[in-house]
Amino acid sequence: MPKTAADKIWDAHVVRTDDADRDLLYIDLHLLHEANTPVAFDNLRAKRRTVRRPELTLGTEDHVTPTIDTAQDLTGTVAGPFVASMRRNCAEFGIELYELGHASRGIVHVIGPELGLSQPGSTIVCCDSHTTTHGAMGALAFGIGTSQVEHVLATQTLPMTRMKNMRVTVEGELPAGVSAKDVALALIEKIGTAGGQGHVIEYQGSTIRAMSMEQRMTLCNMSIEAGARAGLVSPDEVTFAYLAGRRHVPTGEAFNAEKEHWAQFVSDPDAVFDREVRLDAGALSPRVTWGTNPGQTVPLNSVVPTPDSFTDPIERAAAERALAYMALEPGTAMGSIPVDAVFIGSCTNGRIEDLRQVAEIWRGRTVASGLQVHLSPGSEAVRRQAIDEGLDKVFAAAGVPLHAPGCSMCVAINGEVLAPGMRTASTNNRNFEGRQGPGVRTHVVSPAVAAATAVAGRLAAPCDLQLEG
Amino acid sequence: MTPLITHTGIAVPLRRDNVDTDQLYPAQRILNAPQTRTGHADALMADWREDPDFVLNKPAYDGASVLVAGRDFGTGSSREWAVWALADYGFRVVLAPRFGDIFRGNTAENGLVAGEMSEADIEELWVWLEDAPGSRIEVDLERRTVRCGESRYDFGYPEHFRQRVMRGLDEIALTLEHAAEIKDFEARRRVTMPRVTDRAAR
Repeated sequence: MPKTAADKIWDAHVVRTDDADRDLLYIDLHLLHEANTPVAFDNLRAKRRTVRRPELTLGTEDHVTPTIDTAQDLTGTVAGPFVASMRRNCAEFGIELYELGHASRGIVHVIGPELGLSQPGSTIVCCDSHTTTHGAMGALAFGIGTSQVEHVLATQTLPMTRMKNMRVTVEGELPAGVSAKDVALALIEKIGTAGGQGHVIEYQGSTIRAMSMEQRMTLCNMSIEAGARAGLVSPDEVTFAYLAGRRHVPTGEAFNAEKEHWAQFVSDPDAVFDREVRLDAGALSPRVTWGTNPGQTVPLNSVVPTPDSFTDPIERAAAERALAYMALEPGTAMGSIPVDAVFIGSCTNGRIEDLRQVAEIWRGRTVASGLQVHLSPGSEAVRRQAIDEGLDKVFAAAGVPLHAPGCSMCVAINGEVLAPGMRTASTNNRNFEGRQGPGVRTHVVSPAVAAATAVAGRLAAPCDLQLEG
Repeated sequence: MTPLITHTGIAVPLRRDNVDTDQLYPAQRILNAPQTRTGHADALMADWREDPDFVLNKPAYDGASVLVAGRDFGTGSSREWAVWALADYGFRVVLAPRFGDIFRGNTAENGLVAGEMSEADIEELWVWLEDAPGSRIEVDLERRTVRCGESRYDFGYPEHFRQRVMRGLDEIALTLEHAAEIKDFEARRRVTMPRVTDRAAR
């Protein structure tokens, strides 16, 4: 029987099936970060259990650690207790941890692929909803809660009900200035924030095949914003080329053997999906969110919608609430909205390609005066690469320092937070109320739009800058 | 956790959809939160509770233990604090037309019931609860029904959640009973799969 890639990975990881129709899935890679795990370790100790496979577990520090002045003593800072607990727990149970200052450290979803740990056909979990990112590698990767972290630590397995399959087919060539972020936002605009609920979304089509791994990661990352359990791209030559030479990927003959193994985990051409959605890449333009959930998205060249344009009374009420929070008037041109801040980074858009796009737009330009711009790479490796390519000099000339890696203003729990009432264009993934600080108004955009907005001081696409000369 | 088979308590109508986990537990609150499953009641919907007119601030709903919310409750971040805060505040049951998957997965381990009801039934409950604030709802896990006055409604609740909540089971202990099968699986597992501690490749 033809199968989807997700089902093939699932079937290859079933330890047993229980009488409640759940499968006990073996987990190949368990990623930890410092914010969500202390309770799991405390419980493990209280129940006198241990970590079954520390060598399949990796910790990093990204959520609460600073991206400015990383040499500071963390004792007494917000990060202090989290980092102390992470270091104690990892040391006690023999788990590799990339601490602040470590050359391999970075945002958990950036370093997994970067180190070659996230591989096609594997199962990956992390106590973080954006674990969906690793699906770009052809893995089945999904976010879990703290109780499930404890479960995986103790057993290296998770009891799970099978996910449904959804296929999002994107065909055609993306217009200039349009990237994976815009595809993701357009998808969520179309199917809503619960459109993918219970499903793993597999992205297929010529547009996806033409995307780099970085772009695929952005797309899979945002699958959670569409409500999906996971996002996935069947592995292909682009995947294999990305993996070649990475730290945890074998070389030579052994690489070819792995490649053969990975290549099994692609969807069969006649596999049946529970739901099908299609997008036309050629018809897309840069997107921007106007409200307080990622489904509240419009093309940047359009206007703030009126609540009356929503036929569903629940959506209409949500639009009214969102407009009040965002302090926006219906009918306002999105491109006329001034911003106070721009954030570039996060597990959605903190990879080298994202930074290259920003540099390309900033080259020979400076960011608008009075604007607060924060740029944080996804990992130390991304930062090194940016410096090697001279991107840091372009950023500096534009007036923006290249900070240290971390989640920073995406979740705003590391002390780097905007002031209440500020409006920001952000390459992060969520425009929830208070996400970037209490009362902060977030417009989620692509790196290109964030860069252009930083120059213009108002929401703008790169082509808007050219018009202004 | 305390097993739950039936529960009767004051129900709160929360007429909002997409109540994401950032609203249930604002991220900045995490920084000063105790690193335990308890001690989170004050953080629950903290930003919204600053508004004196917010439904949870109305005296009629003091001591509420059933939350009746709009669709897509608990979407967003995986933070289990959202569930801990609900449980700590005193909620034992949340009823909504649809839940975020990770949030729902986090509930059972903490003895919180996340029951799915149709939009129309939720609307009826809201109207009823708004007409008679402080009313009690009876939740029966055995029958998967909700009783509210003379009306009775069914709710959806996966069997594995139901078993765990009704019996107060420790899921990890259940899995560890199958340690031999896990070991067998590991013996069959591909040896070249990456290990974090193995950096021989470079």
